[in-house]
Amino acid sequence: MIVVKNLYKDFGNLKVLKGVNTFIKEQEVVVVIGPSGSGKSTFLRCLNLLEEPTSGEIIIDGVNLLDKNTDINKVRQGLGMVFQRFNLFPHMTALENISIAPMKVKGLSREEAEKIARDLLAKVDLRDKEDYLPDQLSGGQQQRVAIARALAMQPKIMLFDEPTSALDPEMVGEVLAVMKNLAKEGMTMVVVTHEMGFAKEVGDRVLFMDEGVIVEEGSPEELFNNPKHPRTKSFLSKIL
Amino acid sequence: MNVLEYYAKHLGAVFPSLLRGAVLTIQVTALSEMFGIIIGMFAGLGKLSKNKIIKGFCGAYVDLIRGTPLLVQVFLIYFGLPNLVLQITGNRFPIDPFVAAVWACSINSGAYVAEIFRSGIQSIEKGQMEAARSLGMNKIQAMRYIILPQAFRRIIPPLGNEFIALMKDTSILSAIGLEELVRKGQLYTSSTFASFPVYTGVMLIYLVMTMTVSRFVTYMERRLKVIDRS
Repeated sequence: MIVVKNLYKDFGNLKVLKGVNTFIKEQEVVVVIGPSGSGKSTFLRCLNLLEEPTSGEIIIDGVNLLDKNTDINKVRQGLGMVFQRFNLFPHMTALENISIAPMKVKGLSREEAEKIARDLLAKVDLRDKEDYLPDQLSGGQQQRVAIARALAMQPKIMLFDEPTSALDPEMVGEVLAVMKNLAKEGMTMVVVTHEMGFAKEVGDRVLFMDEGVIVEEGSPEELFNNPKHPRTKSFLSKIL
Repeated sequence: MNVLEYYAKHLGAVFPSLLRGAVLTIQVTALSEMFGIIIGMFAGLGKLSKNKIIKGFCGAYVDLIRGTPLLVQVFLIYFGLPNLVLQITGNRFPIDPFVAAVWACSINSGAYVAEIFRSGIQSIEKGQMEAARSLGMNKIQAMRYIILPQAFRRIIPPLGNEFIALMKDTSILSAIGLEELVRKGQLYTSSTFASFPVYTGVMLIYLVMTMTVSRFVTYMERRLKVIDRS
């Protein structure tokens, strides 16, 4: 479903990605871990071209993202993204946050879009918060609205960029619960996270990134219980 | 006749005329600010454009207008433009002072508003644009539905200041004979020499107008904050 070949990304002189190669299958939950500065967020952001790769290839469902003729707005509709800092639209209610893209991008009527939004709010267990502004919601609630917002475009793939890192500890669980449900429903997911528990429980595959490359990958059991690369061992020994 | 009587007599006599002038002042200011906001929004967006020609053009416009006096800009449009048309086409091209005034003030205000918009848009955090784009919105949709509505709220106070500044600056238009507030005062003093009553009256009217605008801006600001929170 997603094929990444020889992905490089420089920020000026700083080389952040130095040849990332991987593929992600349909319905697979891939968890990306690694120390800060390892390029894992940049890798994720390249997948929907929020960062423009310096070179390499990204092919999603047979569409080459870096082809100049590719309509990136179209591709992005199939890729939901959840951000570390939620990035909800502060001037819109929860319901409006979720219904704006289906209305303006897909051209649905307000009624259709709001129906989708209400169903999604129910799904993330925020049925009674539709008229709340982001400011009036807790961090965990905001992140759940943000997940619903991404789902409203009915994406085939969901990208999560450290979705629980900006949350108070007691709110991490509610967001992870929503993500687990999504995984159970068969959503293809790429999750950058420090939540090793989530990786073990939900992940089909774990990628360990360091210094701009994928150092090691494998099933959670393999990678956590029997890491082969010394850098993986050293990273895991620090966080587990 | 003592001073007080002199003062009251002339102020009373000139006041209706000053009020008529003030109406014109308000008309020029409101129209110019309206056009200025439209021009300024596009010029501000243009300054943020990745297209170098658009960016350069908008930057040059802002520099040219902000770097030259409004009085000269007004003269250029009211006297200069007809002169240019006459030289090129051989036809007379008289411009109504009111039209020239609105053109000049709109173009002038647009440059200041452009900078207000540019900084307002830049003050919206990057994540907002990223979130909008990640949902499949193109740049124009993201600007229209996500960035500009937020930027608008933030730029209301500086836009209010710009409105007040423009209102005071329209006094310059007396120089092309537009019978706005100051010109009305001048006309009365030229026959009566009652400068003190007249110009204190002019000042008072300006003060009432600017205070009203600034109250209104404060009210709008508070109301939008309530919307943000409630």
